[in-house]
Amino acid sequence: MVVKQISIFVENKEGRIKKAIDTLAKQNINIRALSIADTTKYGILRLIVSDNEKAIEALENDNFIVKENEVIILAVPDKPNGLNSTLAVFDEKGINLEYLYAFVSSKTDEAIVVMRLENMEKAIEALNESNVKILDVDDIKDL
Amino acid sequence: MFWNEQAECMGREEKEKLQLERLQKTVKLAYENVEFYKKRFDEAGLKPEDIKTLKDIEKIPFTTKSDLREAYPLGLLAVPRDEIVEIHASSGTTGKPTVTAYTQNDLEIWGECIARGLKMAGAEKDYIIQNAYGYGLFTGGFGIHHGGNKMGAITVPISAGNTQRQLDTMIDFQTDILTCTPSYAMYLGESREKAGISLDEINLKAGIHGAEMWTDEMRKRIETSLGIKTFNIYGLTEVMGPGVSQECEYQNGMHIQDDQFYPEIINSETGETLDYGEEGELVLTSLTKTGMPILRFRTKDLTSLIGEKCECGRTTVRMTRITGRSDDMLKIKGVMVFPSQIEKALLKVTGATPNYLIHVTRPDILDEVEVKVEASKELFSDEMKEMARVEKEIQSSIRSETGLRVDVTICEPESLPRSEGKAVRVIDERNLK
Repeated sequence: MVVKQISIFVENKEGRIKKAIDTLAKQNINIRALSIADTTKYGILRLIVSDNEKAIEALENDNFIVKENEVIILAVPDKPNGLNSTLAVFDEKGINLEYLYAFVSSKTDEAIVVMRLENMEKAIEALNESNVKILDVDDIKDL
Repeated sequence: MFWNEQAECMGREEKEKLQLERLQKTVKLAYENVEFYKKRFDEAGLKPEDIKTLKDIEKIPFTTKSDLREAYPLGLLAVPRDEIVEIHASSGTTGKPTVTAYTQNDLEIWGECIARGLKMAGAEKDYIIQNAYGYGLFTGGFGIHHGGNKMGAITVPISAGNTQRQLDTMIDFQTDILTCTPSYAMYLGESREKAGISLDEINLKAGIHGAEMWTDEMRKRIETSLGIKTFNIYGLTEVMGPGVSQECEYQNGMHIQDDQFYPEIINSETGETLDYGEEGELVLTSLTKTGMPILRFRTKDLTSLIGEKCECGRTTVRMTRITGRSDDMLKIKGVMVFPSQIEKALLKVTGATPNYLIHVTRPDILDEVEVKVEASKELFSDEMKEMARVEKEIQSSIRSETGLRVDVTICEPESLPRSEGKAVRVIDERNLK
């Protein structure tokens, strides 16, 4: 149900994101999804990658601070009202969204949305009661 | 349990007699051979013969760091150059470096002081001492090295840096004692945990740490993360280097080798000598060194002296942990702040590292302070609001410790400047002239 995402602390200065991505490339790790939350001083780089364990080890060896945590990945119809109807599921139950990022895949006609919610347990419960499509690790491998 | 019981446990009266004899000899040597001291004495209308009691030391003018800078490089030698065998210098981060020169006998004295400290930390002749102080002009590396040699212990001159090799050496050689700066000891402890090396795999017994300020909270962290007992060591290049004083197993003040160095505490504003127990600036006079004897050197280090005999049996005068430097004191928005207060505040926040930098500026007419703190895994979160909460927590911890509102910036590990393994704590860019 849940997929593990890795987050990397990056200072807001020249070349730091490149350095993190470079570290992953050297280990032959594929990035499936990516987002950056930033302030003027630092950013949080959130990634869904092909091999978390290998990625964390490589990044920590290069002195990055990395955390692994759970997110939900959903497939949302890639058309108007698609995301809106999905978010309505959480809205009805009063579950707050921490952050989300989305991307489209050439292989499906659905948009892929990565989400972190305040209450992950309640969120999954709500999703199970709805007809929203939840993706697991295997699903995203093929995207 | 003592390296030199006779010197370390000597009765007060006998010690004072010895100190006076040595002081008179040193004063004479300095007056007759060093132009700087002769000039200072003459200006004060003082003759070496006027030093009749230990109390008379108060008549001698102070020597400051800027006096040493003016004498750069070798203006304060009291012996012919051919008697000098080694030279060290301070890093010069706050100006021209200050140089200290040693005769062969001075090195013996240095080794003797360090050997006493090693013994306090439990060292024996067959102990492996992993010396991770930097080797070079800095006194840390060579000072410990001379002491290890004096004792006949096995010194591994690994110097600072190369963490993987430090950990490998601890395991392969089964190092008994680690000597390095406290911030590096913390880092080694964290690296051990990160590398998944158990405390059983290493066999460290003790750590001797100094050359920068540290707190009891830091001590606890080092002791837990390396499974050792730690010993605070004190010294400064201008006087000799590390080994002027060190803690014994009771960790209750650092024993000053007072047969080699005479300590005084003064009020740093008035220069007046203070009693035991009163906090003030430490002033040191060398009693035996001949290459570059030093009279009443103002260390700028704030501490107090303990006169009572220690539980360990030593009678040497002890000094309490350095609480700050009289010139480290920052006056920000009119408030007195010591970097040690910031450190204390940080260690109260879960996950915050004591690796910090205080950056003071005055963009217009008001002081602004930014405290940069290196991030740790515990402190980092994938959620912005949690990061903002941590920043706030650090901010309010600093506020309750110092009364100041500061900007907090979390930065990447090991991104803050360090010089010779010593952390740079303050950058003051205010133009206060």
